[in-house]
Parts: sequence; C-alpha cells; structure tokens
Amino acid sequence: MNIIEVQNEIVEEFSLFEDWMQRYEYMIELGKSIELIDPSNKVDSNLIKGCQSKLWLHAELNDDKLIFKADSEAIITKGIAAVLLRVFSNQTPKNIIEANLEFIDKIGLKEHLSPTRANGLLSMIKQIKYYALAFNKN
Amino acid sequence: MAFDVNKIREDFPILKRKVNGYPLVYFDNAATSQKPSKVIDSIVDYYSNYNSNIHRGVHSISQEATDAYEDARKKIQEHFNVKDSNEIILTSGTTHSINLVANGFTNLLSKDDEILISELEHHSNIVPWQMMCEKNGAKIKVIPLTSKGELNYDSFLNLLSKKTKLVFVNHVSNALGTINPIKSIISKAHEFGAAVLIDGAQASSHIKADLQELNVDFYTTSAHKLCGPTGIGMLFGKKEWLNKMPPYQGGGEMISEVTFEKTTYAGLPHKFEAGTPNIVGAIGFGMALDYLNNLGFDSIEFYETELLNYATNKLKEIPGFKMYGEAKHKTSVISFNIGELHSYDIGTILDKFGIAVRTGQHCAQPVMDYFGISGTVRASFSFYNTKEEIDYFCKSLERAVAMLS
Repeated sequence: MNIIEVQNEIVEEFSLFEDWMQRYEYMIELGKSIELIDPSNKVDSNLIKGCQSKLWLHAELNDDKLIFKADSEAIITKGIAAVLLRVFSNQTPKNIIEANLEFIDKIGLKEHLSPTRANGLLSMIKQIKYYALAFNKN
Repeated sequence: MAFDVNKIREDFPILKRKVNGYPLVYFDNAATSQKPSKVIDSIVDYYSNYNSNIHRGVHSISQEATDAYEDARKKIQEHFNVKDSNEIILTSGTTHSINLVANGFTNLLSKDDEILISELEHHSNIVPWQMMCEKNGAKIKVIPLTSKGELNYDSFLNLLSKKTKLVFVNHVSNALGTINPIKSIISKAHEFGAAVLIDGAQASSHIKADLQELNVDFYTTSAHKLCGPTGIGMLFGKKEWLNKMPPYQGGGEMISEVTFEKTTYAGLPHKFEAGTPNIVGAIGFGMALDYLNNLGFDSIEFYETELLNYATNKLKEIPGFKMYGEAKHKTSVISFNIGELHSYDIGTILDKFGIAVRTGQHCAQPVMDYFGISGTVRASFSFYNTKEEIDYFCKSLERAVAMLS
C-alpha cells in the first residue's frame, strides 16, 4: 500500500469510533502491539526531544525503503508512534518527504500536534522527515 | 464564619467553564492558582480608570497609580509582618527574586565559602546559585532527603560550618508538598553566621509566614501562586543585607543622580526596582492578599487539610497507588504513580475528563532522581476545590487506569 492508501485506511478505522475514549482505547491497543525497537537501538542518540516520556525512533534503509521502529515509556505516545509508523515505515524516502499530514487532523489527533504539547508527536514527524531527506538519493 | 466552599467557588469565574465537555476540575494549584473576581476586577479597574506611570508624576492619575502601587507594598508588608516596607522589593516573581539575591552575593562570597541547598529544591532555586558559584568559586553543598521526602535535618546540622555563608531551602516543596522546619533551620544557620533565603512560592497560598518571628534574612514568593496575577512577586530582605548588595539591573527608578561620570543609586526599595514596574500586577497582588486574609488562613488550612486527608484515603484504595512524599507536615499536594503506568498517560486521560493535574518531573529532577522515577502525577488542592471533585477525580483515575492497563 502506498502512503495515501494507508492513511485512508487509518482514517476509516478511526471514523468508527463514537467518542474520544474509544479512540484512545484503540490507540493504546496499537501502542501495545507496536513492533518494538531493538534494545541495542534504544540509545540516547535515537531519543526524540520534546516529549515528557522517553521516546526512541530508529530508522534503517532496506532496499529502497525506510524501516522505522519506535518505543516509548508512555503507552499513548507509543500508540501515536504506532500510527505514524504504519503510515511512514516501509515507504521510500521520496514518498515520505512528499506525504502530507492531513490524516492526523481527520483522526482527531490534531491536539497532539501543537508544539507546546509535551508528547513529541511533532518532533517525531520532523525526525521521520529528516531521515527521509537524509536517505533520499534523488 | 463557616467555610462555605460553594459560595467561595462563585468568586472564581473560571470554575464555571467546561474542558473537553466536562466541568473543569482544577487540581494543578501548585503550578498556579485561579483568580477571584476581585483580583480580575482590580486589574480591569486599573487599566480602565487610572492607568498611569508611577512616581514623580505631577498629575492626578499618576498619583493615584503611585498610591495604589505603594499601598500594595504596604499590604504585603502587613501580611508578612515585615518591620519596614522598604525591605519589600517588588519583583517579577520568585525566580527573579532568587536571581537578584544570587547576583547580590556574587561579590560577597569567595572560593572558601559554602552555600547549602536542599535536595528538595525547584530548578529555579538551584541554577542561579550554580551560575553564581561559577563566578566566585563558592561551593554548593546539598542537604539530602529522607525516604519520606523530608529534609535530613541531621545531615543539615553536619553540613553547617563556619564556611557556610548561605542556606537556601524552600518553605514547602513543590514536588512533594513537604513543609520544611524553616524556623529551626534559620536559627541553626544563624548560629554559624550564615544568611538564609526561604523560597515561599509553594507556601504562601497555605501558610501566612511571619517574617519577623522567623527572623529570616530573605523570603520570596510569587503572587500567581496565591490568587494574584502572574509576573509579580516579592523579595523580602533584611535592610542590612539589601544595603550590602549592589543593584541587580540598571535603569530608571533605581537611580538618585546620573551624570556620565557617575551614578548614585536610589535608596531601598527602589535601588532594586529598575524601570517601570508591574504596577497592575502589584495592585492585583495586594487585592489577592486582601481576599485570602478575608477568608482567613486558619480556615483555608483547616479545609485544605480536610481535602488532603480525604483524597489521600480515597487514593490509597486504588490498587498500585504509590505516593511520594509522606512528610508529617505537608500541604495539600499528592504526588503519586499507579503501578508501572507513566504519569504522562494518566495526565492525558484525566485531561480528557476535564481534570487538570501536573505530570512529569515538576522542575525538581533531583527529587525524582532520589526516588528513581521519571516523574509523578501531582494533584494539588486549593480551598475552592471540593470533595465531590475528589470523588470524580478518583473515579476518572480508575477509568484511566483500566484503559491504560
């Protein structure tokens, strides 16, 4: 699936929820099922700044695609990371750079995008885009 | 006079609002307090009716503004039972006050001198001293904590020596609510000739400190912690110390005579109040003190203790609840974690229920390091909170735990 297809799929899943509680419960579930970062990559250089809980993000290139893995001490942060990884992991750097982020608003997570919110969502997106820029060969 | 919390709540407009669809439950009082209409009105009144720059104005509204500003200083003087109103410096708040004293002591200390700081301190009470020590070479010694979150008094006595020139302790810990035995700390420090600065930011909304009785050298607080506006606070300093200290900032108001060859400084308190001060802030500060004194600190303390005990007992029933800071004397602050859950997760879900608490390190990383935790959830209660709110908080907390587990 390309990025737009994944985003649409996530938006559709979230549209089934009637209130914030169901949305958060789902995010917490996603957080629990996230494919965890290798412990050897849980190093300070992979820490995302601006988060009240520790949040690690690791990237590596597999053929032409970027594979992201993440972990956090906080389960909601982990859930947010899981949503982002579903969108951006296993995509080419070029597609990641070009991806827009409207789906975040559509799934009701916009409040987490404010730079003053201490959850690191914005920093995490920035970091994902930086990796994509760094690995982009074109 | 009976303490009628429902009537008191009417004084606070913000308590009527909803957050995320739920009535606001404000349990972040240790971060800042809410403001009663009287304080808000005094701010509107100033800007609507007599906004003017103070001191030296010959016109009428300047005189009115000057009187209101100086009245506020007198209210602060009376509230804290200070001998001379010239010993009250109006600052932007506790952080400003501490920096002012640290700057003043830069040239008064040298490399053989020591200052004692407690492990309970807020970052704002640590960093200015580190900056000062970089300049004059004085050394910082740390008064350690006990597992209950109290200062280790025996260690304090052991650390005191002829080298000790300053002792800095908060009256109440912001992270844990511990009330420190400042009276004995002050008199012990004085036996060794050391000056004492007490950070009263967390204490002032709960405890009316009598500064003459405490015989403290410096005491500071921020108005916004006690129902006043942000950006204004006070530094009390004994005259003998304030006179020894050089001005902190240069500017208007703090000078007596200026020529390009030499400037002579104004007397106290103006020497430390350079520039146009926060006039409206001072007026709001004075009004907040009036408001609290009208309620009465005895009634406030009695009611807040009732809330603290009620909440502590209810929270202890929640499986996995662990409280940090179990000092014998503490204010209405509960710092806690539930099992292995992260404070950020709990705070996020509580916010969705309209409940405001603080999560994280509370600007007191050394305290968190001591307990080996990355942070806590901190619920802090004020006299306008209710037992019903605590019930709702506990119920919501249990739902949050169920969601997160």
